[in-house]
Amino acid sequence: METLMVILVGILISIGTYLILSKQLLRIVLGASIVGHAVNLLLITSGGLKTGSAPLLGEKVANFTDAIPQALILTAIVINFAVTALVLVLCYRAYQSFGTDDMEQLRGNELE
Amino acid sequence: MFYTYIFLPLISAIFVPFLYKHFNRVVHTGWFVLLVPTSIFIYLIQYIPGVAAGDTYKYTLSWIPSLDMNMISYVDGLSLLFGLLISGVGSLVIIYSIFYMSKVREALHNFYIYLLMFMGAMLGVVFSDHLLVLYGFWELTSVSSFLLISYWYERKSSRQGALKALLITVLGGFGMLAGFIMLIMMADTYSIREMIANLEVIQSHVLFIPAMLCVLLGAFTKSAQFPFGIWLPDAMEAPTPVSSYLHSATMVKAGIYLVARMTPIFGGSSVWFWLVAGIGLITLLYGSLTALRQTDLKAMLAYSTISQLGLIMCLLGVGSLAVYFGPGESGTIFTVATFAALFHLFNHSTFKGSLFMVVGIIDHETGRRDIRYFGGLMQVMPITFTIALIGGLSMAGLPPFNGFLSKEMFFAAVNEVSQAGIFGLGSIGLLFPIIAWVASIFTFVYCMIFVFKTFGGQYRPEKLTRKVHEAPWGMLFSPAVLALLVILIFFFPNVLGKYILTPALTSILPMMPLSPYDLKISAWHGPNMELIMTFGVIVVGLLLFKTSKQWIQVMRNYPQGLTLNHWYNKGLTGTERLSESLTNRYMTGSLRRYLIYIFSFFVIVLISSLLLLHGLQFDFSNNAAISIFDVGLVLAMVISACTVLFAGNRIVAIVALGALGYMVSMFFVIFRAPDLALTQMVVETVTTVLFLLCFYHLPKLKKSIERIPFKLTNLVISIAMGLTVTVLALSANGHKLFEPITSFFENAFELAGAKNIVNAILVDFRGFDTMLEISVLSIAGLGVYIFVHQRSKRREQNETE
Repeated sequence: METLMVILVGILISIGTYLILSKQLLRIVLGASIVGHAVNLLLITSGGLKTGSAPLLGEKVANFTDAIPQALILTAIVINFAVTALVLVLCYRAYQSFGTDDMEQLRGNELE
Repeated sequence: MFYTYIFLPLISAIFVPFLYKHFNRVVHTGWFVLLVPTSIFIYLIQYIPGVAAGDTYKYTLSWIPSLDMNMISYVDGLSLLFGLLISGVGSLVIIYSIFYMSKVREALHNFYIYLLMFMGAMLGVVFSDHLLVLYGFWELTSVSSFLLISYWYERKSSRQGALKALLITVLGGFGMLAGFIMLIMMADTYSIREMIANLEVIQSHVLFIPAMLCVLLGAFTKSAQFPFGIWLPDAMEAPTPVSSYLHSATMVKAGIYLVARMTPIFGGSSVWFWLVAGIGLITLLYGSLTALRQTDLKAMLAYSTISQLGLIMCLLGVGSLAVYFGPGESGTIFTVATFAALFHLFNHSTFKGSLFMVVGIIDHETGRRDIRYFGGLMQVMPITFTIALIGGLSMAGLPPFNGFLSKEMFFAAVNEVSQAGIFGLGSIGLLFPIIAWVASIFTFVYCMIFVFKTFGGQYRPEKLTRKVHEAPWGMLFSPAVLALLVILIFFFPNVLGKYILTPALTSILPMMPLSPYDLKISAWHGPNMELIMTFGVIVVGLLLFKTSKQWIQVMRNYPQGLTLNHWYNKGLTGTERLSESLTNRYMTGSLRRYLIYIFSFFVIVLISSLLLLHGLQFDFSNNAAISIFDVGLVLAMVISACTVLFAGNRIVAIVALGALGYMVSMFFVIFRAPDLALTQMVVETVTTVLFLLCFYHLPKLKKSIERIPFKLTNLVISIAMGLTVTVLALSANGHKLFEPITSFFENAFELAGAKNIVNAILVDFRGFDTMLEISVLSIAGLGVYIFVHQRSKRREQNETE
């Protein structure tokens, strides 16, 4: 299972990187989002999969799954969301101000 | 007491602006400044009897004792000689500057602050025994010289000359620092004396030759040796007192001082001999040849300084053979060469200082410095002419002036070298006397041109801008004193030799016993080879001078493309252009390019370190089982990710991204993470809504119009990234170094009273993360608000405009 997840993460990272390298602003945001998902999956995979029940002490079981990666991912999801929201508004403003979403044209001029 | 005097110039520099502000209307600021070098000079004179008797005086001033950085000073013959030169010539130069620099027009406070700074730095250089402290003062001389050269900073040539001097001398200074650090590493001490006491360790060390080369780089750049001498002629843009003080008598001798100081350590090796003596000889010839081409009097003197410094350097190189031979007959012969170097060093300071002052007087009285406008000044400026004649003939090496004595000793030394027969000298050794003789002829010729083209011949007042008359006495005083010294030293050389030069010699060559051979300088030493050579110089030189009209123009038309300056300028603009084109090539301003650099670096570093450090170990034994449902979910995720990639339509891409997010939360369900699944679900929903909100305003996704190579690079890099992450994650799973610490958090109920472990971690065990995460969220919210709000404000502004 871990191997399968790692391969999935690899594929998602490839797709995300390809999108980030493209010219259009919206694609770059989409790519960053995909990379974010991939990293979260990688984090939970690194804690070991399917080794116990959910980390809730009410259940009378011998072992739980690793709770630390879960706490880390929870933080990461929220931060990812905040950054995505900000970047989206930034894209919107950039498009409003400069009238283009082509990264090759958004490179500043010589004198700046 | 000692340090009060050494630091007196630096301390008194602080008071100069106040004196200038309050008294300059009444008294020229220079009169106050004059007290500083004269008191130092008088103080240093007290050391002469003791040092002549063979004593040395040690002083210590602690600075950073914990790092062993202390100001340590030894007053021995060599540092005393330099100290006397610095303070003595310094006093004369300040007297001269009082009459040269106008009280009304010039910013005198700046001038004297820089000059005092320089004087203090120079005293620090010669009285430092601690290598790093010496380096500090060395750089201070470079900086103050830079300030002095650019004193008239509104002139372009001053600024350029100052920049050139700074670039070259600081380059050498850095080299010297590297050499010093190597020396400190080898000998494990900062003190030059302790290094000399511990020679075997240094001389057998691997770093011996690199350290020598680095130290020599510093000495050669400072003392304007070939090919680093090009800054000196450009430094002539400084006011004449500065040229006279820094660029003839003191600063350019700092390199000579360094070579002399280091002779006990490095002397005796063939590399040292060939570099010091060889470069000195080349500089001597180059300087004397180039001086002939100059029409500007100051430039002529600058090249003549270069040439004379080469002569001293050559003598020091020859003198270092004494270290090789050790005490004995041959050793003594070469000891005399070192003695000659010191003697000429002193003589050069006297006659060159006075000659520069003479040029300053001519410049001041006629308003010109170009030799082609002059002639017959003898009739209007008889005293100046007398001083110039004394200085010029002494520089040419004629009796009865001191230059004659040191030149005879120079010829004797190069004749000895040609017969030494070591270090592969053999028949090449014969080049030494020949080059020395030829260079002396050129020296004789430019001295004649300097004196007689300026003062002799027809007086042509119509070519000069001002009504010429003799200079005021105050301006003539300092050069006259120096000229008097020139003659006095010729008649009583042994007084100087016994009290000042012999102790200095002992500190350069501490291993040589001086008692059996008296170092006597005699004006008449019998009809020998040296005297014949001098006669030859005079005869050939006079012939060349008489016919100078025929060949001097050929010299002046020497092509500019072959000069060192041309190559220096070319190198400077070349490096600028190279770095500019290099930067423009990789700093394109395109985000994609920078991302490619970052990703490629990431891939290359990670993959190569994995391979090189044998990190590739895979362990699949602990893998959990895979169910059909998992495989289906994975496939669905890959498909939806590909849909985002190939979507031609915005809404399809956004919906596919949302589907991806929901499937991630499905995985969280499978992996027993209820809180994650909940959060992921909610956040994904909000994000999708946000995308949908924004997308109304965002442009449509274009069908990709990118070229094939563009796509290919992207493809290669993204696949490499994916592979790297996969390989890294797989091999990381294979290495379990220690047990996880999760079991601690399973005590959540006992420790925190919570049954949900994840929530207990978030708000209790690791509550700080959560607090800062909340800050991130609020900052992002504020950011979004500001972006939206600011836009409307600007629009209003535009509308009102």
